[in-house]
Amino acid sequence: MGVDAREIQVGDVVGVRDETPAHHHRTPWFVKGKTGRIASISGPFLNPESRAHGGDGLPKRHLCSVEFKQVDIWGGRYCENDGDRLLVDIYEHWLEPG
Amino acid sequence: MSDTPAHPGLQHHVPLPGRAKRAIAIHRLLVSKNIVGPDEVRETIDRARRRTPADGARVVARAWTDPAFKARLMADARPAVFELGYRLSRDAELAVVENTDRLHHLVVCTLCSCYPTSLLGQPPDWYKSFAYRQRAVVEPRAVMREFGLHLGEDVVVRVVDSTADLRYLVLPRRPNGSEGMPEAELAELVTRDSMIGVGQARNPA
Repeated sequence: MGVDAREIQVGDVVGVRDETPAHHHRTPWFVKGKTGRIASISGPFLNPESRAHGGDGLPKRHLCSVEFKQVDIWGGRYCENDGDRLLVDIYEHWLEPG
Repeated sequence: MSDTPAHPGLQHHVPLPGRAKRAIAIHRLLVSKNIVGPDEVRETIDRARRRTPADGARVVARAWTDPAFKARLMADARPAVFELGYRLSRDAELAVVENTDRLHHLVVCTLCSCYPTSLLGQPPDWYKSFAYRQRAVVEPRAVMREFGLHLGEDVVVRVVDSTADLRYLVLPRRPNGSEGMPEAELAELVTRDSMIGVGQARNPA
């Protein structure tokens, strides 16, 4: 599930899985189901979804900084500048090819 | 030690006594299960309190005056800040985002209160407030105006939500009129708020 960060690169279009599992996760609700572009890739880091519940955090996950257009996130609720952006760090297994 | 008033759980500005009691209970459990050492939490808090925004300001001033350092800082911040003697926590990596005439970064953590404490010390209370965390992503320009920062229409605002293992430091735009100033004086222009993005660096007197 998700993408393998080793197979994507900066500039690629990705979608965020629109799911809300019962366990701890660090994907904000407002980007779920949205589409953005990879701005940078870092890690891999221990997976907090495992560590938060006493797990070992393995396998490690890459972290993708994904840039969204604010208007793509909030639609008409975004009343500022059309060019404004939002950068959110999302683990690779939360992303799918755009 | 968990019973003394010096317990780190009581040093937080937590309004509810119930939450303080819970923090003490959790701390006792962590110590009794050898997950943290008896003094580890206090030492971690003490270490964080020794850091102040002056540390981040020194990094910014060096980046303004030394292009090679700035390139290293933007590419891989951990070894770059270590050159200045700052050892980042192993808990998270540091990423630096640069503000220019055309692009302005504002940092928030919508999920909790992630903050580059290794370079800026403890975050201000407003950074941890629900109001800031909710509004910064939806109406960043309105939030910045409340801090006194009015950005032009030709400036793109890029909000950075540090949701995970990266902590973000804003490299503010070097103020006009600061050409030729020595690094130590430049550092005095760099405010905490300018490194979060709710402000700009001060103009030279």
